[in-house]
Amino acid sequence: MSSRDRILGRIRRAVADGGPDPAVPRDYLRVHGVRTPAETADLLAAHLAEYRARVHRADGDGIAPLLARLLAERGARTVLVPSGLPPRWLAATAVTRVEDRPGANPYELDAVDSVVTGCALAIAETGTIVLDGGPGQGRRRITLIPDHHVCVVRVPEQVVDSVPQALPLLDPRRPLTWISGPSATSDIELDRVEGVHGPRTLEVILLSGPAE
Amino acid sequence: MSGTFMGMPAFPDAAREAVRDPVLRANLRHATHTIRDKRARAVAELADWERLRAAGKAVKDHALRHLDRHLVQLEEAVTAAGGTVHWAADADEANRIVTGLVLATGHREVVKVKSMATQEIGLNEALEAAGIAAYETDLAELIVQLGHDRPSHILVPAIHRNRAEIRDVFTAEMGRWGRPAPEGLGDDPRELAEAARLHLREKFLRAKVGISGANFMVAETGTMVVFESEGNGRMCLTLPETLISVVGIEKVVPTFRDLEIFLQTLPRSSTAERMNPYTTMWTGLGPSRGADGDGPSAFHLVLLDNGRTDTLADEVGRQALRCIRCSACLNVCPVYERAGGHAYGSVYPGPIGAVLSPQLRGTGSAIDASLPYASTLCGACYEVCPVAIDIPEILVHLRERVAQGGPVTLGGVRVRIRPARGHTAERAAMRAARLLLDRPGALRAGERLLARARRLRPRRLPGPGRAWTDGRELPQLPAESFRTWWARERGERA
Repeated sequence: MSSRDRILGRIRRAVADGGPDPAVPRDYLRVHGVRTPAETADLLAAHLAEYRARVHRADGDGIAPLLARLLAERGARTVLVPSGLPPRWLAATAVTRVEDRPGANPYELDAVDSVVTGCALAIAETGTIVLDGGPGQGRRRITLIPDHHVCVVRVPEQVVDSVPQALPLLDPRRPLTWISGPSATSDIELDRVEGVHGPRTLEVILLSGPAE
Repeated sequence: MSGTFMGMPAFPDAAREAVRDPVLRANLRHATHTIRDKRARAVAELADWERLRAAGKAVKDHALRHLDRHLVQLEEAVTAAGGTVHWAADADEANRIVTGLVLATGHREVVKVKSMATQEIGLNEALEAAGIAAYETDLAELIVQLGHDRPSHILVPAIHRNRAEIRDVFTAEMGRWGRPAPEGLGDDPRELAEAARLHLREKFLRAKVGISGANFMVAETGTMVVFESEGNGRMCLTLPETLISVVGIEKVVPTFRDLEIFLQTLPRSSTAERMNPYTTMWTGLGPSRGADGDGPSAFHLVLLDNGRTDTLADEVGRQALRCIRCSACLNVCPVYERAGGHAYGSVYPGPIGAVLSPQLRGTGSAIDASLPYASTLCGACYEVCPVAIDIPEILVHLRERVAQGGPVTLGGVRVRIRPARGHTAERAAMRAARLLLDRPGALRAGERLLARARRLRPRRLPGPGRAWTDGRELPQLPAESFRTWWARERGERA
């Protein structure tokens, strides 16, 4: 008998007595509060900042100069650019662009200073950004190995209030990365310290105005 | 390289040592109190916490009630997405499967994401025996591995170490395993985290094989979910060519939507955060089957039983399988806070360990037979549990099993076990009580006798009763029994 059959057989015997099989009560809240879109964006900004992400705001005209400034302040010489990122966003910077290639090995990515991406959506109540590898987001590793990640969130259309609102908008077949602040650890005396293996600096730009 | 839990002494013996260690007690007190208050604040933010808790409990109960169906559905979904599913009935089989998979890649080095399941089966030792070096990458696991130590907490395995001890471990050991700790390393947590970043980065970048567990597996989609904080999980899950995940069969949830509950309750219960810094969800090899260079090109899922189906067969004990390993019960437990995690003799310490280990491993050994007693039954663990596991109820149930013996399922077979040793006096006392309570006349006579002799009450019981009074005062005997009092006060109506 294979282990598969053995395990499945043991399970069937184990639950033969019936056991609890309740309907799942879904009476928990879909959202924790009533907010205008502007208030939701403010909450997102506040919660991101609480976990030490740096939050900026820009409109369609302001994003290129803002990105140029952030990269300059960081002292970045190279910036990773996933395919599908609106070229206009990086129009004002002279920092060397590095296109992500599927064949690029981790050492090449480790040598890049910064990365700029979009996102799939953001969740205000938890201060979370979700990436799904769609246009302008790239492979999961490009937002992991460089030490500086700048993520652009379109406000209000990419922002939802809560986790229950986010899941129906995501496709589980795509690789999903949920990011809430820069990497952190509580492993030393259960005290939170920001900055371990993932990017130690996370900057989020809340971009308002018409999509291009 | 890390210690093992084989041949552990019974809980009271191990705990007696631990409570004499003032540094350990100070470390544990500081850490558990820090997280306790933060968690309470994070939970209070959600007005519907109790409803989320009830929903999480129901999802897990439903998943377990139809576990066979959900596992088969999961297997189909993972396979359809390009993954390979293996089934392991016990630890040895799981270790054989994983070792074989690693050897087949031709590589002799793996990076690991913190995983309770791989600790439970002793995977690192099995890999080492096969000539494969396994590097733990979670900061606390790294501290444990470098310190040749054992984990003492589910979430923070090095909770028993303070910053100065961690600095000493890094300084002494890092050089032997790769990049040494920076010169003059201080004990600021920021500096220590930086040292770990530098030490592990070279291992992440060259890694070809990653090994993980998972917090959840979604049956309908085949999606695996790993919650983490540091980014070491993302490194191990996305950079290697081959990814092997070893996951207990109880980690399955039926639908993708079910995650909306646990994505709210797990981070708040565990690290007291609204959301942990990183959560990775992946389904097999993804839409391109690994061709887009995003993530591994081979994915293996090893489904682990190792005592879980035996636990499922127990009507009272099976609720322990709802556990999502948040460790909130450890952080509030007065016994854990004083005894520390090592005394529990298992990778699962604290209240949840006291009910999980004797079920997964059986109550045959001294440590496992003693674990159901490693509690004051205060119930704080039940109160904080985000899936409402009634730990005190299981503890009492397991005490009964230890003291009386009775029917259990072991290795899928229903057997009747004998009472554990050392409970003869307890059983004799219970038999005597039953005899007495069945005979009102004898009980009355006995009560009168005791009331008259109350001045002679000894401070400690003689003979086999002595163990009981080692840690307790013998209660004062009242001047008259309740029955006498009742007869005197309301006698005419009786």
